[in-house]
Amino acid sequence: MGSLLLIRYGEIALKGKNRPFFEKKLLQNIKESLLGLEPYRVLFHRGRYYVEIAEDNLFPARRRLERVFGIVSLSPVFTAELDLEDICRQALILLKDNYEPGMTFKINTRRANKKFPGTSPEISSHVGAYLLKSGLQLKVDVHNPEVSINIEIRNEEAYLYTQSFPGSGGLPVGVTGRGLLLLSGGIDSPVAGWMTLKRGVHIEALHFHSPPFTGDNALNKVIDLCRLLAAYCGKITLHLAPFTEIQKEIRLQCPESMLITLMRRTMLRVAERLAKKRNIPVIFTGENLGQVASQTLENLIAIDEATALPILRPLVGFDKEEIIEISHKINSFPISVRPFDDCCTLFVPKHPITRPTVEELQNAEEKLPLKELVDRCLNTIQTKQITAYERV
Amino acid sequence: MEKMEVYLDNGATTRPYPEVIKEMQRIMEEKYGNASSLHRFGSKAERIISSSRRTLAELFGSKDSEIIFTSGGTESNNLAIQGIARRYRRRGNHLITTALEHPSVLQSFQQLEEEGFEATYLLPDSTGAIDPQKIAEALTPHTVLVSIMHVNNEIGSIQPLARISSIIKKQNPGIFFHVDAVQSFGKFPLHPEELGIDALSISAHKFHGPKGIGALYLKEGVFLKPLFQGGGQEKGIRPGTENTPAVAGMALAARLCFDRQKDKIKQLRGFKEKLISSITAEHPQANLNGPQGEEGAPHILNISFPGLKGEVILHALEEHSIYVSTGSACHSGSQDPSHVLQAIGISDECLEGAVRISFSFLNTEKEIDYAAAKINSVISDLKKFQEARP
Repeated sequence: MGSLLLIRYGEIALKGKNRPFFEKKLLQNIKESLLGLEPYRVLFHRGRYYVEIAEDNLFPARRRLERVFGIVSLSPVFTAELDLEDICRQALILLKDNYEPGMTFKINTRRANKKFPGTSPEISSHVGAYLLKSGLQLKVDVHNPEVSINIEIRNEEAYLYTQSFPGSGGLPVGVTGRGLLLLSGGIDSPVAGWMTLKRGVHIEALHFHSPPFTGDNALNKVIDLCRLLAAYCGKITLHLAPFTEIQKEIRLQCPESMLITLMRRTMLRVAERLAKKRNIPVIFTGENLGQVASQTLENLIAIDEATALPILRPLVGFDKEEIIEISHKINSFPISVRPFDDCCTLFVPKHPITRPTVEELQNAEEKLPLKELVDRCLNTIQTKQITAYERV
Repeated sequence: MEKMEVYLDNGATTRPYPEVIKEMQRIMEEKYGNASSLHRFGSKAERIISSSRRTLAELFGSKDSEIIFTSGGTESNNLAIQGIARRYRRRGNHLITTALEHPSVLQSFQQLEEEGFEATYLLPDSTGAIDPQKIAEALTPHTVLVSIMHVNNEIGSIQPLARISSIIKKQNPGIFFHVDAVQSFGKFPLHPEELGIDALSISAHKFHGPKGIGALYLKEGVFLKPLFQGGGQEKGIRPGTENTPAVAGMALAARLCFDRQKDKIKQLRGFKEKLISSITAEHPQANLNGPQGEEGAPHILNISFPGLKGEVILHALEEHSIYVSTGSACHSGSQDPSHVLQAIGISDECLEGAVRISFSFLNTEKEIDYAAAKINSVISDLKKFQEARP
């Protein structure tokens, strides 16, 4: 008999007719996150999942599941035989794990197995009385206990648990749809990706690099960011698009002040074509409002104009500090601040244009062989699958 | 032109000599005992440690007992500077160094300042030279330690150690003189006693030895407060089980370097001059940072291409399998402009467009010809994008 983890989910329960689909997706995501920790078994019972797994793998499994969106909380579960005395003994072991002299406790019992003798309150008070006689310094407090011991009487055995660890919340990745994330190596785009995943959208990532100028370190940074995001969604498909030629052409043909906006417009054209090929209906970016000179409202509007696909920007309402806080929480910050140039910092204009008109930009673009440039970029994209975990 | 791999980042680290690798592997396989153990295995390891110590002592012209093994240049610098300053605190609380030093020296000084010491940081001239007269002026009756690097890791400027030590010792023979010789050991003969040096740091991986090992020469009669506490190894100055294979690797690498030094150093100088003349002929706006001509170290060349970014040049050269660095790789990653280049007062444009090219005894004439041609063509290509202003 292995160890057990109880998994609770939240919002899914509200989803009416979609509920079976959501539950199936979550089950699939739970299984993906446990890759390499085999053997395990996932059971589903009365709106909860139970993962049965070797004791050695209990801790890593819990840490991984804490990242699976859709899960609200997790509890390690002790089991007892269907025998009141064994339940008492297990409850004592459980309590001792969290024991502080003088602490208060409470017992909650759920008697799912109606064949088990006694009512739920009777079972609770029997076990409570046993604990009080154990010689530990304990007090009962049914309103505000320091430790709650939960007992579930089931058909084959009884489950006992006390601690509960928070999950990531959100929706199971994949239930909302698919999106293409523009992923640079910076602080914002991985946070945008995380927030997109949190609302159940499975993402593929598109990164523009400028070989040879950007180097392997910059590429490894993006791969590491994808690995981190993959912990929330199983795996990430990463598309690496070489941007050097486009960048050089824009640099040679167009006014320097428009460089960044024209680059972003071209990136979105590439993204749109890739998204269509991959059957993805929407683009996500880490763009923010007013953070840098190239992120004025006018610039965002000008960027939107380059593609027919909707662009969603999950970070638009955040201050930089708030974004950084999330990046610390999900651990992308230390990767994002590795100081290697990405394609955007190669040729940085001294004074980027802040209020471009679409017309101005279109005029500048007339000098560019856009179709050929985008075609060539698209044809030279490399695609990698990045997984968070590996089969042992 | 035939494609080749040219490693020109020897200021960051060097390729270990094959003999060194072989020797280290042999020791790891056969002589893995703890040098402190009393049985035969222990004494075999002990013999290796003591013969390696003897080798280094011979090269320094010092006593065996004056060599202390450490984990590398950073530790040697920390140990010498912090150890001596704290041990002799009663003699005074003033320390002198330069603005050109390696971060392990500068941050040791900052640590000591936090502990109440006062520090003077001498500024170099535009070639990276420290005027010995400035040292004379900075000395006070409270000065306990002067720490000066021999060869600068970023621009290759060389400080006149003998003159500096005579100025210090004339003022007060009780002032200690520490030298960071990480970039010069193996390239030049170094006899600390003759030069009036009390402590001197070296690091094996800069002279074709392994990483993670270095040494501190500490003159007999000079004491220091250890940084680590432990089992009494290295006379308690640097406790910790001896890294036998690395110690042996370092000693062998040092001996091989000294054997090859005389012939090779001329060759390095030739490489440097060849590159300079080839690059400046095609790109006259390229700017040589630091010492000019014969003044600088033969193995370090720092050159700026105004208007270009060092990191972009680096990756463009990498595409042709030529490996150089921007500023110094010891704090590569940090994109803060180099403190050394700032100290010698070069322009912002030169700061951003600086590339360090550093040679070793393993480079060949053919490699340098290839590198010169590629550097010139890469710079020409990049300039097109920098100068475009429609």
